[in-house]
Amino acid sequence: MKYKGKLLAGIAGLAVLATGAVAEDLTIVHGSVGRDQEVLRGQLDRFEEETGHSVTIVSMPESTSDQFGQYRLWLSAQSSDIDVYRMDVIWAPQMAQHFVDLTEPMADIIDQFVPAAVESQTVDGKLVALPLFLGAPALYYRSDLLEKHGEDVPETWQEMTDTAQKIMDAERAEGNSDMYGFVFQGAAYEGLTCNAQEWVSSYGGGRIVELDGSIGINNPKAAEALNLAASWVGGIAPEGVLNYKEEDARGVFQSGNAVFMRNWNYAYALAAGDDSPVKDTFAVTTLPDGGEGTSSAATLGGWNLGVSEYSEHKDAAIELVRYLTNYDNQKERAIVTSRPPTLMAVYEDADVAEQQEFIPLWKPVVDNALPRPSAATLRKYNEVSSTFWTAVHSTLSGDGSAEDNLARLEAELTRLRGPRW
Amino acid sequence: MGKSRSLLSRTRTRSAWLVLLPMLVTLFVVAAWPLGRTIWFSFTDASLDLMADAQFVGIRNYLEYVKFGDEDGQYYGLLADARWWRSVWNTIYFAVVSVSFETLFGLVIALVLNQQFRGRGLVRAAVLIPWAIPTIVSAKMWAWMMHDQFGILNDMFQRLGLISEPVAWTASPDTAMIAVMIVDIWKTTPFMALLILAGLQMVPQDIYEAAKLDGVPAFRTFRRVTLPLILPAILVAVVFRTLDALRVFDIIYVLTPNTDATRTMSVYARENLFDYDQFAYGSAASTLLFLVIAVITITFIMATRMDLEGKRS
Repeated sequence: MKYKGKLLAGIAGLAVLATGAVAEDLTIVHGSVGRDQEVLRGQLDRFEEETGHSVTIVSMPESTSDQFGQYRLWLSAQSSDIDVYRMDVIWAPQMAQHFVDLTEPMADIIDQFVPAAVESQTVDGKLVALPLFLGAPALYYRSDLLEKHGEDVPETWQEMTDTAQKIMDAERAEGNSDMYGFVFQGAAYEGLTCNAQEWVSSYGGGRIVELDGSIGINNPKAAEALNLAASWVGGIAPEGVLNYKEEDARGVFQSGNAVFMRNWNYAYALAAGDDSPVKDTFAVTTLPDGGEGTSSAATLGGWNLGVSEYSEHKDAAIELVRYLTNYDNQKERAIVTSRPPTLMAVYEDADVAEQQEFIPLWKPVVDNALPRPSAATLRKYNEVSSTFWTAVHSTLSGDGSAEDNLARLEAELTRLRGPRW
Repeated sequence: MGKSRSLLSRTRTRSAWLVLLPMLVTLFVVAAWPLGRTIWFSFTDASLDLMADAQFVGIRNYLEYVKFGDEDGQYYGLLADARWWRSVWNTIYFAVVSVSFETLFGLVIALVLNQQFRGRGLVRAAVLIPWAIPTIVSAKMWAWMMHDQFGILNDMFQRLGLISEPVAWTASPDTAMIAVMIVDIWKTTPFMALLILAGLQMVPQDIYEAAKLDGVPAFRTFRRVTLPLILPAILVAVVFRTLDALRVFDIIYVLTPNTDATRTMSVYARENLFDYDQFAYGSAASTLLFLVIAVITITFIMATRMDLEGKRS
């Protein structure tokens, strides 16, 4: 009798496991920009309905650097409070040990993802996180103003500078005193590393740290790029750009006060939204290049979902990651938040092409996007990035010439590297 | 007789220790142990992920000469790190300027609040509001007020014709530190005012009456009577504020993180501890931060011959 009771209980337990009917409480953490939170909540509601699990969102500040510090603390303390982390594309090499290897659980679907995205999340054969959406910047421009002043869409940074200056001056002369030429992310944080890497690389100045770990950043082409950027601050760009992050830049552009803006894809959906003053008067193109013989560079961005090694609900968490990255949810995200998807098939979706026409066009940009040197510099990446953005920020603020700051940057990076990265 | 007294005093000593024990244990757990751990980590190669595996490495985090061969080499470590010394300078500069202004404004406000006037209670409460708002909230509030495009400060100054172009208060390296100090002075002046006011209320009123009868001018009364009497209260308040200002973190972290112009010792330590994979190096910075504050405080107390044990009274 007693034995039978145990057996029954065991069978019942197995049955519950097999159908996944155990309702678990999951927690997902992300740093929301634009409409991310709203879309995520909607998708989680459907997930809760379908599976019976419940999911709580923990929201973080906008700055990726701030998020990193907090996640680092939680993970080092082996906290089980968070099950799923939304991770920046550059974090995988630094945080690999804290995450579940997703190679096995995702083996059946991984071939459908953009290879560059999967590669960025693979560290020594371990799939640290599953790519949720990609990011590749665009040059946003006011098509109405370009037309009004008879200017073409610029193809080089110099052309952009001249066009911005000309339109800004003309608009101001007409009484539009808040008009600026160009806004970007110039605050001293990871975003500036992305921006500056694009300037340098599109001028043929190489990478911050090359793939083989060598340091060649102190070169005349990099200096040329930074000198041009420094000339923007206080000229075509407001001086406050030195403290702008993504949302500050979008705020200025979307209020109609900038001719050009460098920003990630999420800004497209918001700037084209019904309540946006620039709704019908802007367009996007690829970032400019450095002129003859150079090509435009776009920093690879994007966010990925990792399952914490210390989660007490790993299976349910993996289920959640699979759910949030499935076709329908990626499609919704592409349409509502204009985030480039990580599933290749979504780029060919007719609805996406119709409602966010630039997404199919962005496939080649995403495919050729420039990764930051996180793979080459491993655990020292944050310090490398911070050293780089400090040098750039100093140059932009007029604290030393580009040449001097780059020479110092080279010395500091060499010192930081020591015998090896 | 003598023996029984010593027995009594021994019992009393023992019970005194017993009564003190909970506090000593608490102090050890919350103060001595973490401090000791931090100092220990500063002599190891600890990283945040592998704290248990920390190995002793001597003073390498503080100073180390690395030979590159060919008689070439370079000093590494905190003591050879220009960014660290810049942070030390930023911290001291911030502390000196903001505490000076806070003391001055606090004194003026305290003198006003010490007078009899209608609605004094209300004003005294209202003055405390900046101090009551959590620092993160007030820093964020000021960050918006100082925003170059959407901020109200630029709007007001432009309307008044004080500036022609919006100023990027927290972004430009010329004004970033000033912006931080303005917010700090706004926030902690009430604290100074409160402590000085407490000192003012201890001054006996009859001294003023005597001075008045003798026809001493108000300013001389203040210099010769009030100031010397409230000086001990001011000095204690200054020490409190200086200690606080030397550890400043939250205001700067919210207003202008990551820039050389405002990075203080605490910001530098946090950056290495958590953002970079340099837990041991950050611990060394924390240890030096502790030493710097200790040296400055002790020097200040000795220089002003502050009466901490109440001997002179």
